[in-house]
Amino acid sequence: MKALAKNREVLLAVIVAAIVLAVGIRAPVFLTGASLVNVITDTCFLFMLTLAQMAIILTRGIDLSLAANLALTGMAVALVSRAMPGVPLGLIILLAIVIGAALGSVNGALVAFVGIPPIVVTLGTLAIFRGLIFLLAGGEWLTSKDMSEAFLSFPHANLLGVPSLIWIAGLVIAAYWILYRQTQFGRGLYAIGGNPTAARYCGINIPRQQFIVYTIAGAVAGLCGYLWVARYGIAFVDNAQGYELTIIAACVIGGVSIAGGIGTVSGALLGALFLGVIVNALPVINVSPFWQMLISGFVILAAVIVNARSERPIGKLILASARKLERKA
Amino acid sequence: MSDMQRYHVLDRAPFNLASYLLRWESILVMLLVAVIVINTAISPYFLDIYNLSDATFNFSEKAIIALAMALLIITREIDLSVAANIAVCSLVMGLLSQMGFGTPILVFAGLAVGATAGAVNGALVTKFRLPSIVVTIGTMSLFRGIAQVVLGDQALTKYPSALTSFGQGYIWPGVPIPNSFAIFLILACIFAFVLHRTVIGRQIFAIGHNPTAARFSGIKVENTRFWLFVMTGLMAGLAAVLLTGRIGSTRPNIALGWELEIVTMVILGGISIAGGTGTILGLVLSVFILGLTIFGLSLVNIPGIEIAILIGLLLIISIAIPIMTAKWRGRT
Repeated sequence: MKALAKNREVLLAVIVAAIVLAVGIRAPVFLTGASLVNVITDTCFLFMLTLAQMAIILTRGIDLSLAANLALTGMAVALVSRAMPGVPLGLIILLAIVIGAALGSVNGALVAFVGIPPIVVTLGTLAIFRGLIFLLAGGEWLTSKDMSEAFLSFPHANLLGVPSLIWIAGLVIAAYWILYRQTQFGRGLYAIGGNPTAARYCGINIPRQQFIVYTIAGAVAGLCGYLWVARYGIAFVDNAQGYELTIIAACVIGGVSIAGGIGTVSGALLGALFLGVIVNALPVINVSPFWQMLISGFVILAAVIVNARSERPIGKLILASARKLERKA
Repeated sequence: MSDMQRYHVLDRAPFNLASYLLRWESILVMLLVAVIVINTAISPYFLDIYNLSDATFNFSEKAIIALAMALLIITREIDLSVAANIAVCSLVMGLLSQMGFGTPILVFAGLAVGATAGAVNGALVTKFRLPSIVVTIGTMSLFRGIAQVVLGDQALTKYPSALTSFGQGYIWPGVPIPNSFAIFLILACIFAFVLHRTVIGRQIFAIGHNPTAARFSGIKVENTRFWLFVMTGLMAGLAAVLLTGRIGSTRPNIALGWELEIVTMVILGGISIAGGTGTILGLVLSVFILGLTIFGLSLVNIPGIEIAILIGLLLIISIAIPIMTAKWRGRT
């Protein structure tokens, strides 16, 4: 029992379940099947993007441009759909993945082959991608009447009673789970984050791994870009503005260490689910949505304090008195 | 005596024109000259002293925060909560103003709230040993959340005229130097002196180069970092005073997204995100380059979002070129 309580994922799962139940007591409608499915569907974007971000953070990187990539790709496919309403849906989805991957590979190349710090690269591409949306659409907003019926209906379609969004998120989650747990490539990501020098001596091609990870994350962001635009029926410059930080917050809450090398799929998913539940629960219990930011701020801080207590090495302390001081602090 | 010769070490490297011209600051000066020449060529209104002085309003507040942020980044930390901090400072000022307090109290409150918020960041980072990027993403959400919960979709607009005329005003009637710009210049001199000419400045560089070694040489690493967070918060408070006075209102989304613009200023100024290097001169040059680029392009009606593309490219290219040349030199 004690060991179970110490397990970060179990603890987080219990907290999420407790919140869902507490909200359910206040407003029983929250616990109905339809409402819970809606919470999950709403959180699908965060599930996928959190796993994509986690792969990057594992290698000691960070991608601030994921939300801008999502918005740019979404705008691009919406424009294609408007210009050529007859394009088959499969082609649109493929196009979204390819555009997203291309944008991600720009980040990847600059980080892996040029050697610019990831935060600098993605800060720059964040601004560039947002600007390109404006250039591409000439400042226009595309709404649902600019998009074809097939384009819009896909995220709302049901397969075996489950929304297609959940199916897609499920596939992405499964793919990432296999990547992290079952492949040499995925284990290499942990090695790079844990100790880059050692990873290099083990024969891991660090730049190649980095490049692939950023490209895959871009592809996921591109896929989400199409789904986002189709689900909400709108594409504009500020789509998903600020979402990049929500993604990182979900990683942190889920126990992914920003210093690299630590993180699990289940943890990241629970971190995303936590934020998704909060966002969806507040209106149900008549709390103003303005509380959302304040609460997630508290949760991020609590999570990072719980998770990362002694991650930063401070060097060996020789004097006994210094060690005593250190224990007190 | 010949032994002395063998171990003679020069105080500084001999003068070398190529390395002098390849210094980051020299590149920035050339970039600044290019920005001025291009802008003058495309718009006849650019080189107008009154236009230029008004242009400083748009970057002075950010630049003031960037000064403190630069020191923080040199010690390998970062503060992404500065813009949200502005929102909280402005909120408290607005609430006090509604209660009828005068300008001195408002200014003091803005600065005090800013420094306190900075101390919260500093305490979390240094006492709990947490990564500052995560802590300040958390406090960013927290501070902005406080402003949103209190204000909702409302705005506070009742401010004493002394505050607004200070935020919008010039140092002397007829002299085209805005107060905020003058404050930035004075602070830049103070920061440059402290960073480059005092023991504290050397300690800040030492921490950035190697925190463990700095600790062993007796520098209070965590203590210094804590006070730098407080200083960054204080500068955010000062920016909040100036900004609130200038626009005369407080909304929950005040200064939204400034944190990334400020970090861009610092990085373009040649302050390495990995810590340990950078100069205030570089930062000031980068402030002017960014400020004049945005001002010049908006004069010829290029929308701000398109200018963002240029700034993003500028940031990446300017960081990539030195790295590429160093790699290329290493090969030959």
